[in-house]
Amino acid sequence: MNQLREYYERRELLSNLVLRELRSRYKRSALGWTWSLLNPLSSVLIYWVVFGVFLKVKAPIGDPSGQGNFVLFLLCALIPWNFFSNGVTQSIESLVVNAGLIRKVYFPRELLVASTIGGLLVTFMIELGVVIAILLIAGNMVLPWLPIVVLLVILQTLLVLGIGLLLSGANVYFRDVRHFVNLLMPMLFYSTPVVYPISYVPVNWQVAGRSIPLRSIYEMNPLVQLVGAYRALLYDLTFPSIGSLAYIAVWSIGLVLIGQFVFNRLDHRLAEEV
Amino acid sequence: MTAAVIVDHVSKRYRLYHERNQSLKASLLRGRRARYEDFMALNDVSFEIKEGTAFGLIGENGSGKSTMLKCMARILRPDGGSITTRGKLSALLELGAGFHPELSGRENVYLNGAILGLSRREIDARFDEIVDFSGIEQFIDAPVKNYSSGMYVRLGFAVAINVDPAVLLIDEVLAVGDQEFQNKCTEKISQFRREGRTIVVVSHALSSVRELCDEVALIEHGRLIQVGPAIDTIDHYLTEILSIDPATLGIARRSTGEIKLQGVELMGESGVLPGATALGDSVTFRIHFDALKPVSDPVFGMSLTSSDGVLVTGTNSRDQGLSLEISTGPGWIDLVVPRLLVSPGRYHVTGTIYDTTQMAPIHEVGDLHAFEVVEGNPKTSGIMSLGGTWRAGA
Repeated sequence: MNQLREYYERRELLSNLVLRELRSRYKRSALGWTWSLLNPLSSVLIYWVVFGVFLKVKAPIGDPSGQGNFVLFLLCALIPWNFFSNGVTQSIESLVVNAGLIRKVYFPRELLVASTIGGLLVTFMIELGVVIAILLIAGNMVLPWLPIVVLLVILQTLLVLGIGLLLSGANVYFRDVRHFVNLLMPMLFYSTPVVYPISYVPVNWQVAGRSIPLRSIYEMNPLVQLVGAYRALLYDLTFPSIGSLAYIAVWSIGLVLIGQFVFNRLDHRLAEEV
Repeated sequence: MTAAVIVDHVSKRYRLYHERNQSLKASLLRGRRARYEDFMALNDVSFEIKEGTAFGLIGENGSGKSTMLKCMARILRPDGGSITTRGKLSALLELGAGFHPELSGRENVYLNGAILGLSRREIDARFDEIVDFSGIEQFIDAPVKNYSSGMYVRLGFAVAINVDPAVLLIDEVLAVGDQEFQNKCTEKISQFRREGRTIVVVSHALSSVRELCDEVALIEHGRLIQVGPAIDTIDHYLTEILSIDPATLGIARRSTGEIKLQGVELMGESGVLPGATALGDSVTFRIHFDALKPVSDPVFGMSLTSSDGVLVTGTNSRDQGLSLEISTGPGWIDLVVPRLLVSPGRYHVTGTIYDTTQMAPIHEVGDLHAFEVVEGNPKTSGIMSLGGTWRAGA
């Protein structure tokens, strides 16, 4: 509760730090903000060519939308995934990058983590807006589902914030954390149904004569649920399962609480160690 | 009077790593713990800073005084004890610390202001004043990476000073910028004092600490040695820790005040000199005093300091075996100099009266008198003349 109040009291600082993040991101580049759209565009292109054309991954037909376009199928999951991936990797670095500030001025240091994620959130919203526009042009009437999309974005932001708080403090003490996460990120990417539909994951996997319920294990990953919910709303035009939303919410809120707790513990000697 | 800052049994431990485990592998190979030694930067320090006063922290390098300031600024958290502050606190630890090089001066003013706890509306209201104070109107929309270091610091100071703090922490930062800007800073700090705000200063410049501060705390090896009136603490620091005779620095110390130095008159052969004398002339320094009660056998001292602060010479009445009995009321004592052999320039006279043990000062004045020495006979170079005579050899 205290933490919430502190966030609220320093909301102006938070918005200023987010502005700093946004203003400085594309300073001195000729294309500027165009880059924030060019980057996802290039990855969509790559995944479409490799998975859609070469490997012939078939997008499932959306129910009830009737949509079957692989690029749209990809976009609905890839854009949220990018927010997750960039949010985690950049927020982990946020304390080390701002070491000078931490050593010389006092302010709640969580704000550095939060503002990094805040900056990416703005980019994510813009990208999501573009995706929604594309979906509307393609005939997917997503507008009625937007309130739930907003809820999902909030839950995802909390999820990223929780992981950021949990790991950014640790990264100050052990710089390996960042490398470890960089190693883990591609694994997470391929164990989440972004470039392929979840139906490609076998329900049971026979190993040495024993049956492992692979799909159930796979679905324990909250990112699977998250990506699934985005797809249900944007691609299928249907309500995601309540169980899935609740599962995401438990992970998000739980991680924020744990993250904040750990951060408070590590905050103690931050100015000396960073 | 209420306390603006209460420092209550504060301890701060630093870890001095021998081999630091900044990688997980190193940590696993060497066991869970990194090898480090605890270093007590602050050890059970307690004091109070009264509201509306100026408080100084002195001590040698590494004594813990800056750590103390950082604890007050909440940058570091003490391992033991607590620090309570009343009202808003602003720290001038490093000016412009929050500046982003790629952003303009204007954007950075808003950003830095927000970091220091100002709302957007408050910054709007003070923006003109901040820019005006920094004196960089024409560059305010240029990225700060193009600023000179002086401009950078000026803008940083202007923002920090406009936070409107009840308590202002200063760490040696005033030794930056040109003379004009330093005067501006000094004036601003005097204004803060007049407005009844609390100021905490960490500095090595003892004379400015003495001028500015009401109370001073001396910290050595993380422990509080002494806290009290500025003159007492500085005196203790100089004599006990630095082993410097304060009289030679022209820094007045506490005095019992039984005899007060009134002034010095320079007398030539033909009466009182109008503040100037020539090299080689005969001069008498007449030291006037006023005794509040009879004092038996005090020791009078006098030293000359050149305008660039060099102690040129010092002498006292005990060295010549002069025994004095001072009775109540005004009086004077002469130092007769047959030939004044210091080179032309301006000199300051420090006067001292010590008790008979030469341990306790009765009165000291750092700048009792100033006078000019002009070219005379003999001519000389350097800081003095030998007064010798050349003679032809065989």
